[in-house]
Amino acid sequence: MTRRIGWRPSAARILSVVAFLLLWELAGWIAQSRLLPPASAVLVAIARDCASGVLPYNLAITLARVAVAFVVSMLLGSALGLAMGVWRGLDLALDSWVTVLLNMPALVVIVLMYVWFGMNEATAVGAVVLNKLPSTAVTIREGARALDRGLLEMARSFRMRRWPTIRHVVLPQLYPYLFAASRSGLAIIWKIVLVVELLGRSNGVGFRIQLYFQMFDVTEILAYTVAFLAVVQGLEWVALQPLERRASRWRR
Amino acid sequence: MAEVMLRALVRRKLYRHPAGARVVLEGIDLVLGPKEIVALVGPSGCGKTTLLRIIAGLDRDFEGELAWRGGAPPRIGVVFQEPRLLPWRTVRRNLTLVLPTDEAGEADRLLHALGLWHVREMFPTELSLGMARRVAIARAFSIAPALLLLDEPFVSLDAASAETSRALLLTAWRQRPTAAILVTHDLTEAAMLADRILVLSTGPARIGREINVPKEIRRAGAARAEAFAANLRGGELLLPSRSSI
Repeated sequence: MTRRIGWRPSAARILSVVAFLLLWELAGWIAQSRLLPPASAVLVAIARDCASGVLPYNLAITLARVAVAFVVSMLLGSALGLAMGVWRGLDLALDSWVTVLLNMPALVVIVLMYVWFGMNEATAVGAVVLNKLPSTAVTIREGARALDRGLLEMARSFRMRRWPTIRHVVLPQLYPYLFAASRSGLAIIWKIVLVVELLGRSNGVGFRIQLYFQMFDVTEILAYTVAFLAVVQGLEWVALQPLERRASRWRR
Repeated sequence: MAEVMLRALVRRKLYRHPAGARVVLEGIDLVLGPKEIVALVGPSGCGKTTLLRIIAGLDRDFEGELAWRGGAPPRIGVVFQEPRLLPWRTVRRNLTLVLPTDEAGEADRLLHALGLWHVREMFPTELSLGMARRVAIARAFSIAPALLLLDEPFVSLDAASAETSRALLLTAWRQRPTAAILVTHDLTEAAMLADRILVLSTGPARIGREINVPKEIRRAGAARAEAFAANLRGGELLLPSRSSI
């Protein structure tokens, strides 16, 4: 599509962001209300909070929590999903529990874990992991079930060792599932991390938003939101998408 | 035959499915010499592939035994009916990945020998079926096998590319002769490539007839093999009269 119009994909992306900012600015000026500040006011707030160091500090703390929760839930969830996809007995034993956990409201998990294990960093991250783990497991289980038996048999007949088989035969088949799980994982995790921070932490973006909510400071709430979204989108552009392109190079 | 590299004895092989079990192979006694090419010929679905999988060690659920010279199974290069290449690795990488050691020289030699050098950096998804099959053959040769198992490596190719692939297979084999079992349902192809043809009868498969291919026919080109096969078909043999030429 983009090629036919003769636009580079990045140009279309930038244009849509600029158009949105202009629209927002216009709406803000027309509304003239502190409940809908124009884009420029939010950008000024971001610049101010960056200069004071408060925003980068809280953003970094939240990102660290997101990173730890993401890595742990992807590792555990992938291992669980792979095991469930390969061993039918385990799948039958755990299937209903995964579904229960999948449907458990995030808020309930967070509150119960804070009550039972105390309001500390490990509990906060653990609650996020427990919320994300089942969906990763379910996605990877589908990948494991779809593994090509013919290729595994080929690897066996050529006596490929275990690690090369995993690296060259199994993992490439799981990449699409891993990318799907990562992408939805990041989206879910950062939302839940904010809730965890709002309920039981004294720093991080979630905590700041709680603070500004009490003061009805929409400008600051939007400033933190926009800063966070920019970071997440940046991750998508510089890390996830190039990685995915590289992994699917062989597809025609 | 003086030396024996394999005696495959399959007294009985059952195919189990939810509704019960069916005997697919019975009373098979296959003896193979170290540099001998044996063709297994029979109609589709008669159990040829099953026998090949048993010999490859991929199916251990059978009554009988595999007696290898020297006790342990040797290195076996398998060419499956589908090429079974890793689509996310280049042609050359598909070969080097299965090499037991890190010597890519043998892979490069085979890529040249099988006319694949110009596609070595391509992905298997970019190749025609004939080319992909040839890569699978090169891969099987690349591990310097003592035994090659070929499961209908030229089926559903057009006549010309099947002919090319057969010639290239023979070239590679002549450079490094090994024992080989070739599964095919094409008698002409069997006569062209094999020293000995075992004709399997159906339901359950047994070795119905054993034909020694005379020296002057063996690997002497399509025309003579065709005549030989036609002669066999004219006899009591009832095989699909499909010819690849």
